[in-house]
This record gives sequence, C-alpha cells and structure tokens, in this order.
Amino acid sequence: MNSLDSALSPPRTVDAVLASLPKRRRAEQRFRAYGLTSIVLGLCFLAILFGSIITKGYPAFRYTTIGLDINFDPQIVDPEGTRNPSIMAAADYDALLKASLSALFPDVKERTQKRALYGLLSSSASDTLRSVVLNKPDIIGKTERIWLPADDAIDMLAKGQFDSSTVESEGRLKSQLTWIEKLEADGRIKKAFNSTFFTKGDSREPESAGIWGAVVGSSFTLLVTLVLSLPIGIAAAIYLEEFAPQNRWTDFIEVNINNLAAVPSIVFGLLGLAIFINFFNLPRSSPLVGGLVLALMTLPVIIIAGRSALKSVPPSVREAALGVGASSMQTVFHHVLPLATPGMLTGAIIGMARALGESAPLLMIGMVAFIVDVPTSINQPATVLPVQIFLWADSPERAFVERTSAAILVLMAFLILMNGTAVYLRRRYERRW
Amino acid sequence: MEKSTFVFLVLLLTSAAFYWGRKRAFAIAGGSIRKLHSLPSYYGYYAALWCGVPTLLLLFLWLCFENSIITHLVISGLPNELSSESPERLNLLINDIRNVAHNSAAGDVDPAIRKAADQYLWLEQISNLLLTGFGICIALAGATFAHHRITREHRARNQVEKAVTIFLIGCATLAIFTTIGIVLSVLFESIRFFQKVPVTEFLFGLHWSPQMAIRPDQVGSSGAFGTVPLITGTLLISAVAMVVAVPIGLLSAIYLSEYADTRFRSVAKPLLEILAGIPTVVYGFFAALIVAPFVRDLGSSLGLEVSSESALAAGLVMGIMIIPFVSSLSDDFINAVPQSLRDGAYALGATQSETIRQVIIPAALPGIVGGILLAVSRAIGETMIVVMAAGLSANLTANPLQAVTTVTTQIVTLLVGDQEFDSPKTLAAFALGLVLFSMTLALNIIALHIVRKYREQYE
Repeated sequence: MNSLDSALSPPRTVDAVLASLPKRRRAEQRFRAYGLTSIVLGLCFLAILFGSIITKGYPAFRYTTIGLDINFDPQIVDPEGTRNPSIMAAADYDALLKASLSALFPDVKERTQKRALYGLLSSSASDTLRSVVLNKPDIIGKTERIWLPADDAIDMLAKGQFDSSTVESEGRLKSQLTWIEKLEADGRIKKAFNSTFFTKGDSREPESAGIWGAVVGSSFTLLVTLVLSLPIGIAAAIYLEEFAPQNRWTDFIEVNINNLAAVPSIVFGLLGLAIFINFFNLPRSSPLVGGLVLALMTLPVIIIAGRSALKSVPPSVREAALGVGASSMQTVFHHVLPLATPGMLTGAIIGMARALGESAPLLMIGMVAFIVDVPTSINQPATVLPVQIFLWADSPERAFVERTSAAILVLMAFLILMNGTAVYLRRRYERRW
Repeated sequence: MEKSTFVFLVLLLTSAAFYWGRKRAFAIAGGSIRKLHSLPSYYGYYAALWCGVPTLLLLFLWLCFENSIITHLVISGLPNELSSESPERLNLLINDIRNVAHNSAAGDVDPAIRKAADQYLWLEQISNLLLTGFGICIALAGATFAHHRITREHRARNQVEKAVTIFLIGCATLAIFTTIGIVLSVLFESIRFFQKVPVTEFLFGLHWSPQMAIRPDQVGSSGAFGTVPLITGTLLISAVAMVVAVPIGLLSAIYLSEYADTRFRSVAKPLLEILAGIPTVVYGFFAALIVAPFVRDLGSSLGLEVSSESALAAGLVMGIMIIPFVSSLSDDFINAVPQSLRDGAYALGATQSETIRQVIIPAALPGIVGGILLAVSRAIGETMIVVMAAGLSANLTANPLQAVTTVTTQIVTLLVGDQEFDSPKTLAAFALGLVLFSMTLALNIIALHIVRKYREQYE
C-alpha cells in the first residue's frame, strides 16, 4: 500500500526544496565570500600603496652627512686678514674640502680616484662651509669638525639602496664604498634630519632639492581658488536652492553644473590655456591662472555640497522667520545660511582637498616649468606639490625616487589633515533635525 | 599706481560710502528709525553699492581693453620695417617689448625695441593714472548720488536685495559660462586645426605621429593625425580598469550594504573611500614604479612578452582608483531599493543571496548602469596615471600587454613644453580635447539621465 501510495502521489515540493537546500546554502556562502574578498582586495590595494610609498619615502627625511676636520686656512679664506665678507664669500672652499679629504686618505693618488674621493661630498658642501665662515668669522685659522652633506649617490649607498651587483659593476662606487666604511668606523658618518627638503625650492641636484617652493606655490594657488570659488559657489547654491523658480532655465543651469562636475580635469586645463593665457594674457605658470582654473573645477563640488546643506535646514526655520516679518533675503542670510554653514564648509574643504591634489590641468597652463625660486606673489611662476611629484617622478636620478615618495607623504599629510577637519566639522556641528 | 592698490582704494571708498549713507539715514530719521522705510544699514549698503559697483565695472572694462589698446599704440609707434611684419612675428616682438619693459636688466637690446619698451611703460603709467582718476570720480559721484536719493520713504532694502539677487543669479549662471568657455576654447582651435588637416583623416586615420617638419626641406616626419589608435588605446585601458573596478566595486557595495554589520561597515567604508581621495599623480607614480615592473616580471616569468608600459598596468591602477567610485554609487542605488521588495522575496523563501541577485540587483540595475557609465567617463578622462604609466607610441592593438597611448596622454605631450601656437601640432591637442569633451559629455548626459530617471522611480 505504502509503496503504491508514494508511486501514485506526485513528488512533494518540500522534498525538492529540502534537496536543494545544501546547494543553495553553499551558493549563499560563496556569494558572501565574494563580497568579503572584494572588500579585502580593495583594502589590500590601499595597504600596498601606502606601504610601498611610506617605505620608499621615509628615508628621505634623513640625510647622510660626513664629518670632516676642516682647517680654515687663513691663506685660503682670508689672505689679507681684513674679515671682509665679500672676500670671505669668494674664497675657494673646495680647496679646504680637498685638503681635508686628502689628509684622511693619503694613499689616494690617482687622478680618477681623487675625483671619486672628492665626489663623496655634495656640490653644496662648499656653500655650507661658506655660511659657517660668514656666521662665525673667528673660526678662521682653527681646525674644527664640520658635518657636510654627502653626494646623493653616496647617500643612497650609505642607506643601502644600491644592491651589491650595481656596486660591483661600477668601480667608482666600489672604492667609494670602502672609503665610506672607513669613515663610518671613525664615526664620521651621521644621518641628520634633512631640513633642506623642507626649506628649499627645486633643484637638479637631489641633495639640495626641496619642496618648500612647491608648498608655497600650492598655498598661493589654493588661496586664489578659495577666494573665488567659496563665495561664488555659496551664492550659486543659495540662488538655486532658495530663490530659483522651477523653470527650464534653472533646469539648464542644474544640468550644466552636474555635467561640469564630471568633465575631465584636463579639459579645464585647455580652457585655462585658451582663455586665461592666450586671450586675457595672464602670466603663464602663475598661481593666479592655476587658481582660476581650479576654482572653475571646484565650483560644482561646492555648489552641490552647499545645496544639500541648505536642503537639510528644515522649512519651519524659514517659515518662522517669514512669520515675524523678515524678507526672504533676510530669512536666508540671517537664519538659513548660519545653520547651513558647517555643511557648506565641509563641502568646501573637500573641494579644496581635491584641488590640492589636482595636477593635470596645471600641466596645461605651464606650471611644470623647472622653478628654483620660492614664489613670493600670485603672479610669479610657480609649481605645486602634485606637479613637483610628477616632475621628480620623471627624473632619472635614483635619489629622486625617495624624494618623490617623501613629497607624496607630505601631500598626503595635508590631504588627511584637510579631510580630517571636514569629518570633524561634520561630526561636531552638523545637526540632525 | 598698481591695480591692487586701486582695488584697495575702491574698497576703502566703498566702506566710507557705507558709513556716510548710514549716517544720513540716522540724520533724516531724526532720532526715531521707525520712521524710515528700511533699517539704517540698508541705506549704508545702498550707498556702498552705488559707490563700489560702477567703479569695479570700470576696472573690469579697463582690464579687458587696456592691453590691446596699449599694444596697438606701441605697434603704430614702431618703425615701418618692424610694424609691417606678419602677425606671428609681431606677437613675438610685442612679447620682447614687454619683457624689456618689465625686466630692465636685459642686456643688449635693439634701440627700436628699447624705445618701444619705454613707450610701453609710459603708456602703462598714463593708463594707470587715468584709471585712478576716473575711478575716484565715479566712486565719489556714485556715493553722492546715493546720498541724495536717501529719504525717509526711499525703499533701500528692496533695492539692495534686488542687487544681491542679481549677484546670486550671476554666480549661478557662471556654470553655463564655464561650459560655453570650454566649448568655445576647444572648438575655435579645432576649427583652425581642421583647416589644415581634414576631418576625415583625423577621425578615421590609422596613424598618429604628430611630429611636424620644422623646416619645409626636412626629411620625413610629415605628421599624421589619425586618432583611431588613440581612441582604441583609451578604450583598451578603460576596459581593463572597468574589469578591475566593476566586480570589486559592485561586490563590496553589496557586501557593505546587505551583509556587513554596522561596526564593520563604519570601518571598511571610509577606508575604501580613502582610495578615491588619493591624488591621481600618486597613482601614476605607484603604477610606473611598482605595478608596471611587477606586471612585466610576472609576464616574463610566465613566458609572455609584456611591455614595461603595458596597458594592463595602467588600467589595473586606474581600476583601483575607480573602485570606491563604483562602490559608493552602487551603494546609494542598492540602499534606494525599497525594503518592501526585500521583504517580499524573503517571504517567498529566497535566501539572502537569491534576494540580492534576483530582486535587488535587477531593481537597482538602471542606477548601477548609470554609475558605471559615469565611471567609464572618468576613466576616459583620467590623465596623470596614463601620462606616467602608459606609452607614447600610438599602437593600434587590442592586446593589453603592449604599450598603447591615450587621448589625454597625447594632449599633455603636445602641450607641455615649448609650443608655437599656430602649428597643427598644438592645435591637434585642442582637437583631441574636443573629442575627449564630446565623448565624456555624451556619456555623462546618458548616465545622468538614467540615474535621474531611476531616482524618480523610487522616490
């Protein structure tokens, strides 16, 4: 009976469901795992990126210096004993360096070997000596240990950045390495904080290249951007959110703003080149033009953020103000705008952070020039941090890799600071109604 | 007087006008400001507007025309054999004169140019003097006019508010002017380019080598301007980027919005979004220094020939950059799907993954597609990664292991460095800009339209 019954009755759905359950459960597990894997992958990319840049960049904050006993020979520095700064400035400090090095390594006689020996020091070492003498003229005639910057290749060598095969294949490096080992044994090698990196402008020599010029250029550019885009952006947001009638014209403006937010940044660079530089004849490579271009670029960001900040202010605030007799303009400027300020500022800071990291449009308007001097006004040629990173990334010298990474670290520190401020502002002041 | 000093002076006069106007309002009120139509400070603003706005307009006009008028006067003052040069030479000449005028330290200079430079400086001084004189007159006249207009019945608030509204409208329409500016700046130069190089060659030519002969008798290098290899290169790199970004971005958005608990979400989401805040130049450095050599070594260990500037490396890094973009947009759209749809699926006995795959994703699909299109448009317009990690030679290939070049890379290489403004080489960059702008504009319009439609559906 039983068997007949089961043969006649149709297969029960619940059996099919029960049979499929393990499979479905596995599919569920798999799908979950895919999701988790992709998040972990994304975070891994982040970790690799930061890890590689930090490990490459942090050695650049310290620099190898060599301590040499310099005999400040009056015959060379100041032969007539007048202590006249212009005579002391013009003295042959290289001779002092060479004398000191030769005294340390008396067995180096051959010409090329000697050149390699003198090449241990940076070409800016004689400038260091000059400033020592000019600051303290009574050092003349004495012998003192002075810490001098090493050449960039030597710095790399001392930090172990060259692998042994490169050292073996280049005779110059090989003999320099033995000298360095001897200097190190004498306690004449010291790693000092690389203050040059933070106080100087760009240079062809990695050991005297710094980011200060780029930092100042970035500040000028951002200043122009902020002064232009913040008031204009907020005004546009106020109009569109509070006053604009619902019509085609307003729609058209909105479509334009949304589109501009998605236009590639390099196109803004073309706009800057064609209009600001070729049509208005503004100075090329200047923070003024850079700031103008970046202002046009950040405007949509500020407008969109400003509108959502205004939107979050509840209508009751407006109604109350209107109810006690304020005009619509007074309502907005006295009541709505102060309440929307934290949100607007957050948007503005995020927009500024984007502008700080932007480089493509600035390449178009000539901010890629090699500029040594630190700019002092918005009309002077300048470069900005990201473009400086781009320039150094292109340089062949090995020591620039380290400096590029260090400059990236500085840039990222600024960005983290700005975004952190934005997050703080949002947490601290944003009100939920 | 410098322009900045002039602006400072105008600001000073304007604030003086404010106090003058307010004082006048208090004076006519006779002790009880309730008799006035508006609050006293509105009369101040009214006077300040009449003082400042016309003066700043004058300054603006001056800045627009000063340069061309002075240049014109200097050219007409030049000796005949110089002023009859071709326009390009004349431009260079004017640049020389300006340089001589502003950096007096220049060594030996042609006496004619030295004379022109002196005249240039003199004209500049005259112009600045005139501007200051006119400016002060207009500012004073405006302030006095406003001062006279102020009476008890004068509707100062309404007029000030009208002026503010005009300013607000002006700021809002700036977006339109920016778009027009972009279109005009790339369009005009492109038209000039197409007068030298036919459009059909530009759009359908298979060779790109923009090196033009500098002298007519130079051998070889006639310049070829076919954009097909550039566009395929751009699309190839973008495709690689999408292959990386879309699955990772979409799956992480699904996990974050459907599976993850609040604690995991509040840590992982901001961390992923850091990827979006990293400057592109950093990605470019990362691609060129770490990813490209890694991909090359990996390829050679597998017995593949991989170029050190392969499209794969650039695309991979670009994909990493776009992950948070895709994931945060998809997250928005997935969250916008109403809870009732989920509840319905669960009530029918679907597992969570079945609900996601068969209900939520189809419901959110239009939005996700729009988001992906926006991501594609971003990948096409991305510059620094490809400038630093992709090649310069235009290969027509679909093999991601080879080096290709992109539209943005070519724009940068054509425009960075010394340039003659009239050579087809420079103009080609603007034509490429036009191509780039139209491609991204079309994608953006389609994507924004889809997204907007989708948002309306569930609101």
